[in-house]
Amino acid sequence: MVADFLREIRPECGGTAVANTIGTAGMCGWLDRENDVSGFIRRLCALVMGLVLVGPALGHAQDDPFAGLAGSGFDDIRRGVETLATAAPPQAAATILALQAGALFAGADGGLFIKAGDGFVDARTGKAVAVPEGVKAVRVNNGVRRAIEAAMGGLTLFSPDPVVRRSAAEAVLKSRDAAALPALTRAIAAEKDEGIRGVMQQARAAAVLATADATQAERIAAVGVLRARGDLDARAMLASLTDQPAAVREAAAVAVVAIDRMVQLWGLAQGVFYGLSLGSVLLLAAAGLAITFGVMGIINMAHGEMVMIGAYTTFAVQEVIRARAPWLFEASLFIAVPVAFMVSGAVGVAIERGLLRFLYGRPLETLLATWGVSLALQQTVRSLFGASNRDVGTPAWMSGATQWGGLTITYNRLVIVVFAVLVVAALMAALRYTALGLRMRAVTQNRRMAASMGIRTPWVDAMTFGLGSGVAGMAGVALSQIDNVSPNLGQGYIIDSFMVVVFGGVGNLWGTVVSAMTLGIVNKFLEPLAGAVLGKIVVLVLLILFIQRKPRGMFPIKGRAVEA
Amino acid sequence: MTRASVILCLAAILGGAALVAAGNASGLVPTYVVSLIGKYLCFAILALAVDLVWGFAGILSLGHAAFFALGGYAMGMYLMRQIGTRGVYGNPVLPDFMVFLNYKALPWTWYGFDNPLFAILMALAVPGVLAWVFGWFAFRSRVSGVYLSIITQAMTYALLLAFFRNDMGFGGNNGLTDFKDIFGYPLQSDGVRRGLFIASAVVLAGALIVARSVVTSRFGKVLIAMRDAESRTRFLGYRPERYKLFVFVLSAVMAGIGGALYVPQVGIINPSEFAPGNSIEAVIWVAVGGRGTLVGAILGAILVNAGKTYLTGAMPEIWLFALGALFIGVTLLLPHGIVGLFGKREARKS
Amino acid sequence: MSTETILYLDGVSVSFDGFKALNVLSLVLQKGEMRAVIGPNGAGKTTMMDVITGKTRPDEGKVIFGNNTDLTALDEPSIAALGIGRKFQKPTVFEPHTVWDNFMLSLSGDRRPRFTLWARETPGERERIEALLETTKLVEHRHRRAGDLSHGQKQWLEIGMLLAQEPALLLVDEPVAGMTDAETEQTAILLREINKTRSVVVVEHDMHFVRALDVKVTVLHEGGVLSEGTIDHVSSDPRVVEVYLGR
Repeated sequence: MVADFLREIRPECGGTAVANTIGTAGMCGWLDRENDVSGFIRRLCALVMGLVLVGPALGHAQDDPFAGLAGSGFDDIRRGVETLATAAPPQAAATILALQAGALFAGADGGLFIKAGDGFVDARTGKAVAVPEGVKAVRVNNGVRRAIEAAMGGLTLFSPDPVVRRSAAEAVLKSRDAAALPALTRAIAAEKDEGIRGVMQQARAAAVLATADATQAERIAAVGVLRARGDLDARAMLASLTDQPAAVREAAAVAVVAIDRMVQLWGLAQGVFYGLSLGSVLLLAAAGLAITFGVMGIINMAHGEMVMIGAYTTFAVQEVIRARAPWLFEASLFIAVPVAFMVSGAVGVAIERGLLRFLYGRPLETLLATWGVSLALQQTVRSLFGASNRDVGTPAWMSGATQWGGLTITYNRLVIVVFAVLVVAALMAALRYTALGLRMRAVTQNRRMAASMGIRTPWVDAMTFGLGSGVAGMAGVALSQIDNVSPNLGQGYIIDSFMVVVFGGVGNLWGTVVSAMTLGIVNKFLEPLAGAVLGKIVVLVLLILFIQRKPRGMFPIKGRAVEA
Repeated sequence: MTRASVILCLAAILGGAALVAAGNASGLVPTYVVSLIGKYLCFAILALAVDLVWGFAGILSLGHAAFFALGGYAMGMYLMRQIGTRGVYGNPVLPDFMVFLNYKALPWTWYGFDNPLFAILMALAVPGVLAWVFGWFAFRSRVSGVYLSIITQAMTYALLLAFFRNDMGFGGNNGLTDFKDIFGYPLQSDGVRRGLFIASAVVLAGALIVARSVVTSRFGKVLIAMRDAESRTRFLGYRPERYKLFVFVLSAVMAGIGGALYVPQVGIINPSEFAPGNSIEAVIWVAVGGRGTLVGAILGAILVNAGKTYLTGAMPEIWLFALGALFIGVTLLLPHGIVGLFGKREARKS
Repeated sequence: MSTETILYLDGVSVSFDGFKALNVLSLVLQKGEMRAVIGPNGAGKTTMMDVITGKTRPDEGKVIFGNNTDLTALDEPSIAALGIGRKFQKPTVFEPHTVWDNFMLSLSGDRRPRFTLWARETPGERERIEALLETTKLVEHRHRRAGDLSHGQKQWLEIGMLLAQEPALLLVDEPVAGMTDAETEQTAILLREINKTRSVVVVEHDMHFVRALDVKVTVLHEGGVLSEGTIDHVSSDPRVVEVYLGR
């Protein structure tokens, strides 16, 4: 019965209309299906809904909502767009889009045609027609464009696609169009997604403030809604409220201050996140060094190359996966982490056994010899993989970003923060709970005593150095996601890594964590003040001064033993 | 480092230089070879500076190329001002890159560099002052060993980043180049090239004499004593920080002179001279020749750089392997360097 | 109280990460006195030396040298310049230099770089070095590298270097460790000789040597003074016996 009623007043409902743009069409289909099911309540509901939906359109039901667009003046066209948007027949969106794109043509007889490729379709029906003669493109000016934007916002508010609805609501919010008020009211009632409804309510608040006939109480409530939104758009809107009653202006001013404070806080939080993210990168690069330099006291200038090898291992793993098992690509990094650990660790053990063990107790010579190793490793990789950057792919789950309040969090940065936490936690656990960790601590505390207790100190040395190098390799997997994978990758991290370890206090893993995070955050907060490069220089100079004041870092290990 | 070996070395430097210069004047030695050897001699001055602090004071500076480069920039700035209106833009005051970057006036850092004496003074003073400030902080707080090495490396790294910036006013990435004249004479002429080469040899010889008289003086004996038993010297009433500071500044000034002589001979100075790798390479020259022998530093610098010229020309992909192997081989197999192979007690254990 | 005090430690405490190396230590040394300090490992003997010579700054307490110089405010070279010499536990000499040069660098005089840079050996210095060579029985070894000397000779060279400083107070840390009996005997004689003109504090493990010195003994334990008196007095003190033997 309801469907019949609808069919009477909106002939297109019963026709072939495919719900491409507007929710009402879908609603018609739903009503059709339910037609044979009797039930007073359902009918009543449907009736109410139908009325709500159709209500505003009733006044124009007999008129042709398209007529205005064929008018001659810009004002006619603008009003035509508004009328069409309010009436919202199924072809409305396509027509208005065509108008925006300059593809809408009007005939002298009031016929409207959309140019589609080489042919034309009738704007009212959407059916292809022969090329009409003597048609002219409908022109737009800025007034019409504004109307188009507002209209599109209103039209897409009912899209079945939640993404479209959300962006439509955002668009209406920005346009602050009072004309969209009725459409918004209907859309809010129909919306089931709470998040989208919130945006719609904010858009409605913006529209309320823009209408002439809202009461003061409604306006103040609207200010409250916008204040709760709390972003820069809302702030701009609230700040521009000049032609409002005094009480509303006052509320808006208070809201602007509140939003400013929030925006500042979110900005701070964003800075901290960027800082933590950079700190995690530094921590990953330095964690291995905290073992080889911090615990063993070896100056390994080839540490950066261990990181570089880890990054190239990631590349190699992905190449194999691409060739043999492309379906595994999403998991490539999980495979690369242990492989990189093993590869870099093995290179580390080879360096320790082949070179470093002859140089214990001669730190400056170790420095020079490992620098030589780093040159040789760079050249080896350059010979194997070429001198240019290699492309390491990013799995889908690591790309993109999420919005959390005023924070933008990119997934790859987030993953690196989490990865850094996991790596350090695993490292600490390994040092504390494994047999190797126990032996390692025994050897660093008292080598001779450990040896006489039956610990094979050369083996422990090799394993410890391998562990530190392996951790550097794992860092390489993460860095391959954010940095250029080239033979010079390691060079960029070596000085930073040493600074992190020394700043944190040699031999203190917690100190390294605090130091990496501090440096990351300080760096990120200096960047906007001084620029990226100058910020880094400032940090380096501050670090140099700090180390000269406190040569043993922030968290020195005190005692007589280290004073010798 | 006996008197005889030093005299022999002085004779070799001056005699060899005279021979090469004479060969060039009579057309036997091409000018590019003269400038190439001149470049080695400048590196030898740098190596001498490194040996002075590393060999005798135990300070392994991984930032000495920074002092070299600063001296080079001071000289480069003078040479830029000498170009005058002959630049691409023909601006009588501003160097080309400043015109390009829309500078309206000469930055204050460039004042006075049209005067050659001022420029030479700055080539000594800027590295010296930097070394003094850096050393004053470092040695007073007893930063030593590898910690000192790491912060000297951070220092040169910070300078590298700084000089890459265009708004530092030192030509950014491209550095300073396209020089025309030096002291009013065309830089490209054979005579000037020869003159610069002979000047490098004489300065190197002078630097060797100065370095030797410092390390054989009582001051030098205190320095060596400090290197091996610093706390003993302190309990005897010496202040190691003052000794180290003096020798560090002297060494930086020496490196600065080397840089100032280097730039007119190679015709360019850019930020890559600050790269940490350069400083470490200078250390390996000293290690190859023999640490703490002065003569060895000169020998090492010339040999390694001649090898580099040959290898980068003949087999470029081999060079980094060779350099890497040199680092490893010298530290493992040749701890006293080449001089240590000959001298009885000239080199000593580290 | 006829003689004047040269060194006065007043309630000195030092701790490393919670471990009390010195615990309210007080000690008085008269001018011209020789004192032996003994104690088990970790009693704080070396830390006490570190505090007196300025290597370690105490958390609490004062160290007064002479009439009223507080050493805790000074660093090592200033304290050395005041006339306090220190010999390390492990003999520390300038190994690459000759015995002669070792002495020359130790002779009291101007220590500033601007002096040493131009300094030439004077006949006066030569005389003093000759005398030191005599005292330390190193006359024939004057041109040898210090690093090539025997362990005992290095110990003597180091003591000689301290004498060259002409200090008012000498701190000697385990001077006879690793020496032969004959060398130990001679060291005792040398120290007594030195004591004729200077005050001396000897830290030692070797009880025979301490007995041979025949001076007042201070026993340190857990960073404080446990007992003080003649060697016979302290060795019969039940607390000392407890610390050394009973555990």
